[in-house]
Amino acid sequence: MFNIHPLIWLIPLPPLLGFVLIVLFTRRSNRTSHNVALVGSGLSFVASMVVFFKAVTTDGLAGSPISASINWLPTGADWLRIGVLVDPLTAVMLFFVAWTVLMIFIYSIGYHNFGQPAGRNDRPGFSPEGAEAKEHGKAHKVPSVEPMYARFFALLSLFAFAMYLLVVSDNLLTLYIGWEIMGFCSYFLIGFWYGKESARKAGIKAFITTRIGDVFMLLGMVALYSVTGTLNFHEIFSNPQTMLMLTSTQSPAFGLNWAGLIGLLLFCGTVGKSAQFPLHVWLPDAMEGPTPVSAMIHAATMVSAGVYLSARLFPLMSAGWHHGGALTAPMAAMAVIGGFTALFTSTIALAQHDIKRVLAYSTISQLGYMIAALGIGAYTAAVFHLVTHAFFKALLFLGSGSVIHGMEHGVLHTGNHIDPQDMRHMGGLRRRMPLTFWTFLAGGLALSGFPLITAGFWSKDEILNGTFTGGHIGLFIVLAITAFLTAFYTARQITLVFFGKPRSTAAEHAHETKPVMTVPLMILAIFAIGAGWAGIPHAFPVLGAISPAWFQSFIGSMLSPQSIEEAHSNIPLIVSVLVSLGGLLLGWLVYRCMETAEEKDPLQKISGSVYNLLQNKYWIDELYQKALINPSLWLADKVVYQFIDLKIIDGILHGLGRAGVGLGNLLRAKFDLPVVNGAGDGLAGSTRGLGVFLHKLQNGRVQTYLLIAVACTVVLVLVICFLIGEGVIGVTE
Amino acid sequence: MIPLYWFLMLSAVLFSLGLFAVITRRNTISILMGIELMLNAANINILAFWRYLYAPRGDMDGLIFTLIVFVTAAAEVAVGLGLIVSAYRKRRTVVANDLDSLKG
Repeated sequence: MFNIHPLIWLIPLPPLLGFVLIVLFTRRSNRTSHNVALVGSGLSFVASMVVFFKAVTTDGLAGSPISASINWLPTGADWLRIGVLVDPLTAVMLFFVAWTVLMIFIYSIGYHNFGQPAGRNDRPGFSPEGAEAKEHGKAHKVPSVEPMYARFFALLSLFAFAMYLLVVSDNLLTLYIGWEIMGFCSYFLIGFWYGKESARKAGIKAFITTRIGDVFMLLGMVALYSVTGTLNFHEIFSNPQTMLMLTSTQSPAFGLNWAGLIGLLLFCGTVGKSAQFPLHVWLPDAMEGPTPVSAMIHAATMVSAGVYLSARLFPLMSAGWHHGGALTAPMAAMAVIGGFTALFTSTIALAQHDIKRVLAYSTISQLGYMIAALGIGAYTAAVFHLVTHAFFKALLFLGSGSVIHGMEHGVLHTGNHIDPQDMRHMGGLRRRMPLTFWTFLAGGLALSGFPLITAGFWSKDEILNGTFTGGHIGLFIVLAITAFLTAFYTARQITLVFFGKPRSTAAEHAHETKPVMTVPLMILAIFAIGAGWAGIPHAFPVLGAISPAWFQSFIGSMLSPQSIEEAHSNIPLIVSVLVSLGGLLLGWLVYRCMETAEEKDPLQKISGSVYNLLQNKYWIDELYQKALINPSLWLADKVVYQFIDLKIIDGILHGLGRAGVGLGNLLRAKFDLPVVNGAGDGLAGSTRGLGVFLHKLQNGRVQTYLLIAVACTVVLVLVICFLIGEGVIGVTE
Repeated sequence: MIPLYWFLMLSAVLFSLGLFAVITRRNTISILMGIELMLNAANINILAFWRYLYAPRGDMDGLIFTLIVFVTAAAEVAVGLGLIVSAYRKRRTVVANDLDSLKG
């Protein structure tokens, strides 16, 4: 077999090259730009697949991962090394990142209406409004191509580069670089239609909110580096002395050991990136971006990066923990925050009307699921759910994009201006958009954990099993309720969108989207169903006997022997089946009878004020606005600007200025004018006076001259005689 | 023999008279005459020193020097009178104080 190392290095680079090419050269041509982006992500895809298959065929990969590194920055006597690392975790990350990224690239071509005419009123910074076209002899409106088409693909390519970089890097520093580039791309893509104020604000909100987590993460990195002297994962985790030192040394804060403190700080990065409570507020607003962005960044890859970080650092987070023992501080934090976020946001998802916002809250909830699973040590289950979730959530978002696209078509066709993302206006799309319906159904069932056939069932069951057998009954109940709510709102969504009768004229005229959008949906649907079969546990009744349980053994090899859980119980399995089916059935029963868009939500009828609370997301945004943002603005304006800046700093500067002017005037009056000017003027004046005096001598009268000459001669002679007499001048004979 | 200083006294007196005339006289011709006096005083001086110090040794330098002074004086008078006549023609005056176009 050929040497795999150069290929790993090369995985992130094609999209970066694509970004540069599009920005510098091809941005005027839509076709060339998306070709460049597709080739870039395609090359990365191929390289990732080769590396993935190499990784799964390598024995003992976890103990001796494929890695290579080079010296990068000199740090005194030592070098900061960067490099690549492929272990089982990286391999499965590469697998789903490559697939979802490629699918989303292809899908974006259709979503941004490539090949359609440009709209007359379309401007950069606004979503396209449609163009007039003549078909069959009569004029009507058709979707128009995105005005900033090439820019979109450039940013998407840069994003793909950052994600691949994050996955393959072998140290926290390059991971952090990828992490921040993704944050930057996320900001740009959320605010892609920057003409809309809400999109601009959402971009800024996402950037600043995640930055809060990132600052703590950076602190964690600095602490880790100063304690261990390296940021390389393998060097830290595979060195027993370093791990012992981290767990046995007391850190200066909160009575934690170093592993606990660093773990908590790094976990803050995860909280920001994976939108966990209390930093979850940015993700729903991020739905302002184009739907492929929501799918890629805010469901499949970037938010997964947070969970990936926690999984990657699991040895650090769980240092000193053994299966069945007391949780370490970072693990307890993860379990509590993850569990709370999972339940909290799934309740919000119940009351949202925007098709993408439901999915956004569901994403947060599912990420909370994974974090909670990591927190109680169900490592394989968390990673498993990470993979399956990436597939089915990308599928759901792309499906929702397809639905929105179909609805926009209907809106353009009928000229009836309704919100194409509002689920209350949909209904009956099953017949109008069959491919979208079936694939969305696959994704939705996977999300709600429909038993046996969907991927989500297996991974969710693993997590529930892990919490139950680990003895964390409280968390188990929370996650079970979450699973129920998840099934319920998924059924609500599918029922509202696809079943029943159309509740608006736009929905009546909705249209199935093009193959360039539906084919990626179908491919992702295959994974949303099938990805779970790789991880059917041995202990599962009947099926377990014939299952290779490949995922468990592959990812499980990452763990130290004392953290592996083997126990299996049928109680979580039964609960899992019950909540899933029950939630789906109940959701369908409640929402199938909605007839018109104006009708009140059935839940609202039952629980008016609670529903209101949910619909307004527990007023968290308003709370932050009042408690944090307004005081910050007040502080910035009144204290920092008007007091410190204007009064103190400007005062000091003005004072300095005035003192300078005063000193200058003083010097001018006391030194420059009398001394310097005086000397100059005096010299000139005395010269002039001498001239005036001498001028009188030259009166033109020869006799006067002569008289002076005689007088001078006489004086000279007298002087000489006097000098001779005194003997000063000697006279020779 | 008449002592040397008599001659020197005579020469000094003549020279002073000439100088006085040059400085005080208003008429340029009188000034020219004063100059002649001073030149002749100098001649007497030269001849006296020659006669008393160098003639016994047979040197003739003093005589020749005196002759040169005569020639110079004659030339000077010629040029001086010419200038005065020319100035008179231009300015209609021979008063020295009025001829002050050298004034700075």
